[in-house]
Parts: sequence; C-alpha cells; structure tokens
Amino acid sequence: MKSLIQKLVESSGPSGYEGQIRSVVRAEIEPYADELRVDAMGNLIARKGTGGPDGLKLMLAAHIDEIGVMVTQVDENGFVRFTTLGGVRAYNCIGGRVRFLNGASGVISLEPLEDMTKMPTFEQLYIDLGLSGNQDSPVSIGDVAVFDRPFLDLGARLVAKSMDDRIGAAVLIETMHQLKDTPHALFFVFSVQEEVGVRGATAAAFGIDPDLGLAVDVTATGDTPSRTKVRMEVSLGMGPAIKVRDGGMLADRRVVDWMVRAAEKLGMQYQLEILEWGSTDARAMQLTRAGVPAGCLSIPCRYVHSPSEMVDFNDVQRAVQLLVELLSHPVNL
Amino acid sequence: MTNMTDRTQLPRIGDEQVELLERLSNACAVSGDEGEVRKIVLEEIRPHADDVKVDALGNVLATRRGSSERRLCVMLAAHMDEVGLMITHDESDGFYRFGIVGGLSAIDLTAKVMWVGKEHIPGVIGVKPVHLTEPDERKKPFSVDDFRLDMGSSTDKVKVGDRATFATTFVHQGPSLRGKALDNRLGVATLIELVKHSPPHIDLQAAFTVQEEIGLRGARVAAYAFNPDLAIILDSTPAYDLPAWDVDENLRYNTRLGAGPAIYIADSGTLSDPRLVRYLMEIAAANKIPYQIRQPGGGGTDAGAVHKQREGIPSVSVSIPGRYHHSSAAIARLSDWQNTCNLVANALFDLTPQVLAGER
Repeated sequence: MKSLIQKLVESSGPSGYEGQIRSVVRAEIEPYADELRVDAMGNLIARKGTGGPDGLKLMLAAHIDEIGVMVTQVDENGFVRFTTLGGVRAYNCIGGRVRFLNGASGVISLEPLEDMTKMPTFEQLYIDLGLSGNQDSPVSIGDVAVFDRPFLDLGARLVAKSMDDRIGAAVLIETMHQLKDTPHALFFVFSVQEEVGVRGATAAAFGIDPDLGLAVDVTATGDTPSRTKVRMEVSLGMGPAIKVRDGGMLADRRVVDWMVRAAEKLGMQYQLEILEWGSTDARAMQLTRAGVPAGCLSIPCRYVHSPSEMVDFNDVQRAVQLLVELLSHPVNL
Repeated sequence: MTNMTDRTQLPRIGDEQVELLERLSNACAVSGDEGEVRKIVLEEIRPHADDVKVDALGNVLATRRGSSERRLCVMLAAHMDEVGLMITHDESDGFYRFGIVGGLSAIDLTAKVMWVGKEHIPGVIGVKPVHLTEPDERKKPFSVDDFRLDMGSSTDKVKVGDRATFATTFVHQGPSLRGKALDNRLGVATLIELVKHSPPHIDLQAAFTVQEEIGLRGARVAAYAFNPDLAIILDSTPAYDLPAWDVDENLRYNTRLGAGPAIYIADSGTLSDPRLVRYLMEIAAANKIPYQIRQPGGGGTDAGAVHKQREGIPSVSVSIPGRYHHSSAAIARLSDWQNTCNLVANALFDLTPQVLAGER
C-alpha cells in the first residue's frame, strides 16, 4: 500500500486541474469497479455492487485535488506573481519549490521585509524560474503549480505533500481492492475542487442522490509542540478518527454510532474527532437535495496544507479495515 | 423570426446598441428591485424569443430554440441588478438613514446626488462639512452611520425599504462610455443582442438574473431551471490599469481598458472549465479578436452559482473591463464591448458538442 500512496502523492492535481491524478487513480481502480464514469466537473465515479434488498445507495468520497498556486502575472524580469488555490499559507511557501503542470519548476521567495515581525503577504512573494527575462518564460497567466516534494517513508510515519487527501484516495482504493462482497450499491467518488469549497462533491452528490454519505479525509491533530493549553483531542497513531463535527458539518449521530459500533466489534482503536474549523465533502453530501445522513472517517494528519503532511501508516491500514467492515454488512441506522 | 445562418448576421454593437445601453444605465435596479431594467429587457427580447418567463425571484428566463438536430443547450447569463442603498429609517424633515446593498464602499458615497425610489427623486448624501472637521477626523474614513440621505425637505414620496442609486446620466464620450451601473448593464445589453441573433444549431437559454451583487442568488435558481449543457456568463470586471506609484510595474491591474474581452480562468467562486477557456481563446485567435486573461484572484460572477448546480455545469465567464465599477461613474471602452460581443457571438456560431467531448 505504501507504493500506492507514493504514486498518488507524487502526482499533481491542483484544484480544477485534476486530469493527471485522475488517470493515475483510474488505472488503479479499473479492476475493481463495475462501472466508471467522469462527470461534468471531473469527478471520477466508480460503482461497485448493485445493492440487494438490504442494501443502500452509498456515496464514499475522497478528494483528489490538492492546494496549489496560479500565475497572476509574469513580470518584466520573468518573476512570477501568483495567487492561491485553496488554503495555502504564505509561511509554508517561502523557500519551497513548485512544479507546474507543464513540468516547469521554480522556487518561491519574497521581497525584502520592512518589518521582520510581520508575516509576509502573498503580494510580497514570487516564484523564481531562474530566467533572466520574461521572453522565454515557460509559464503564463493562469498556469497552475503544486508543491514539489518527494514522498518520505519514516517507517511508521509517512510524509508528503498532498496527503490531504491522497491518503483518503488510497484508503478508498485499498477498500475497493479488499472488499469481497457488499449488499450495497457503492459509489466511490474521487472528487475534485474540494479545497476551494467542496464544489465537486456538491455536483456528484446531486447526481448520485445517495441514501448515506461518507467522506474519507484528513483531520488535524493536537499532538505536536504547542504553548497553548487547549489542544485538539486527536493524535497520530491512535487509530482512525470518527468525525463528530467540524466547521461546516455536524455529523449525523446515527452515522457516528454506526462507525463506533463497527470499530468496537473489530476491537479496533479509534478516536472521536471534533475539529473547530474546516470541512469536508461530507458537508456537500449532507446538504444535497432533501438532505442525506452523512459522516466522515478521518485520517489524523500533522502539518495539513504544508509541503510535508505526516500520517501514521497504522491509522491508514486500520481505516481500510474499518471501511471494509462497514461496507460488508447491511446498514441499520 | 429566423435564426442567423451565416457570419454576416452576427450581432454588431453600433449607435442603436449604445442608445439601448444608455437607457439601461440610466434605469435603476438595485438588487431585489430590478423591475425597471426587467421591463426594458422584456420589451427588447419578446419579439425574438420562443419562450419568455419571469420566475419567482424575478429572473427573466428566455429560450430561443435553434432549428438543426442535436442541439446543445447553452445558458447565457447577465445580471440586471446593481449595487446601491436601501432606506432603513425615516428621521423626519426629509432625513433618512440607509444601509448598503452589495459591494459599495462608504468612500464613494460622500456628498453624492442619488436617485431614490421608483420615481428617481433626487436626494443628497450629507456628511459633516470639511470646515467643521478637525485634522485628525479628516484622516479617518467615514462609515455609513455618519451619513444621512437628505431629500431637501419633508416628503411623503420616500419610504423605508426604497432603494437609491447614484444619479449619474450616461454619456458616450469619444471612444469611451461613462455611466453608473455599467456593471452589468454592459452584459445585459450584450445578451439582448445575442438573443436577437442566435445561431440555428443551439438552444439559447438567456438568463437576465437578479440579486447577483448580494450573492449570486438569482443565477442559482435560473441554472437549476435551465439545466444547460454549458454556460457562459457575461459580466463586467474592474480595470485597475492606472500607473502604480509605489513600484515600477503595476502587478495588480486585474484587467486593462482597450485590451478586449476579459476571459476568466479563476476567481473566488469559480475555476472556469479549461475546455471552454481554451475554446474562447481559439475563437478569438481565429477571428483576430483581441482578448485578455483576467488576473486570477478574488471577485466573482454568476458562474460561481451556475457551475455547481445539479450535476455540474461547465461554465466560463467573459467580462467587459471598466474602471471605477460600484461607484457613481464607471468608464468602459466601446471597442471592448464590441470585441466582447463579437467573441461570444462567434463562439456560439461555431459551437459543437465536440467542445465538451474530452474530460475536464
């Protein structure tokens, strides 16, 4: 599974431009899917199972887009000014490298700061492609890039850009692989444009019109050095997290209990997650049409939206195990 | 009514269209109260559309069907509403408090003459005169609570809930157009022309939308109703192509006057469908129509609501650039308007399902 994760995190897919990562995912899931399609937004939707008398229509979503940057201007000297796609933070950019979809690479640096105690704004940052003028620039206005950082295997812990949410995609792919039989019609959605406001899942959920929705995404942790006393109750390595709420959704209590019961049946360590900001594709599923019971299975992740997002491999494997258990049996909410 | 069959019948922006824009610009249609512009739109398009209706929110939804087989349904949207004020308190003797409707800065309100209500009754936005302010006070911007709308004397013609907008009369000045609410009467005037000249191989679904300036509310229900194959949004966007005083190069111009229609790649609400962006650029190049890419960044158009509707609708926006939008007077170039209309008209004329054949 680690090689699958490496393949996914080393592919590019900034929000709105998911073509490359989508073809990587498609190649992985083709053997396990009964039916595959790509909708108008670019969501990759795979059906597995047709659903028996005890079955539901379930939508499972992991987003394949990642945060990135977009060119707003190539200046007279060839330096590139940019805006952000999704929640990129200036302090995570400085000194970093980016790779454009056309293969061009550059480094992000900043204008001299007048006040070293203040965080720079994006207007003070630029990408240096190593050019001596703007004549031969390989990029132009509107081109997009992602962080350029290789996969790092630390044994128990894995580090990469775009763990958010390629790790969710890896969990869904591995679940499709391991799932032998299901009473449900399962729609695995590898969604687009999550980082800019769950836009892909909004359209996919309307199209699928599910009975039950479950997102698989990362969540933040409270297990790193910090001077604040109040910390989030999620840690790496303590098992997958069952979302109770986040900034955009109160998970359906019945869906939370369903997941808790399954984890306890497996004797699996799990955590309950309360995230005070952010949201996931589950919000889009919950609010589609006349409303859908929805929840989220979260993979704890340190340094979310940085070029080095860290997850625990054991948490990832247990998430797969839990999903396989959940999807193998009839659901009684 | 026949559909145009060759390129010589493409719409043109000339004196007649500028006169229509003048009427549209001088009309008042603050978000939620779009009746005055809607009336002009209905008069103009009724003889040219197969089906015209006004929906529950006040959108004008007009369909003009083509004649060939296997036609794409193409939604074109332009918002009718403009930013402005709403009267909130009657403080007697002709003084009124008001709130701001849409993205309007208090800086742009000081001492402006306004048209109030359906009868366009003039009033003035009053504020403490400069003679009486202290030096420190002058450094601080006014807030909306510092202002009153002063009708000059007690009147029973102004009621709480009435809208007000800048009392600016449209002027055609050399190569430029100057008026209030060019955002987005330019788009409305363009869409009227496109309804009048629709090609035979598409079903044109024209949405003249309401309440865009307060959150794309009209477009959301319009797109649900039309459920098109793709959408092109016609709007207006700021040009900030003024000299930059503090650095050598203006890095945040957004768009430039005279550089042609502004095609959107990304704004705060939409990542345009790359297939449609590419298609518009190809059409512009093939027909030698100048165009510019709007600098990706903030702001938004009706596309933000349209593209997420139902199962997703491939969408792109094209704007006519203008300086000083959302203030008492904007300046746009006639040539940019002509090139915008020409670009979209040619794009519709050559459109085939092939445009969306590949995956996004």
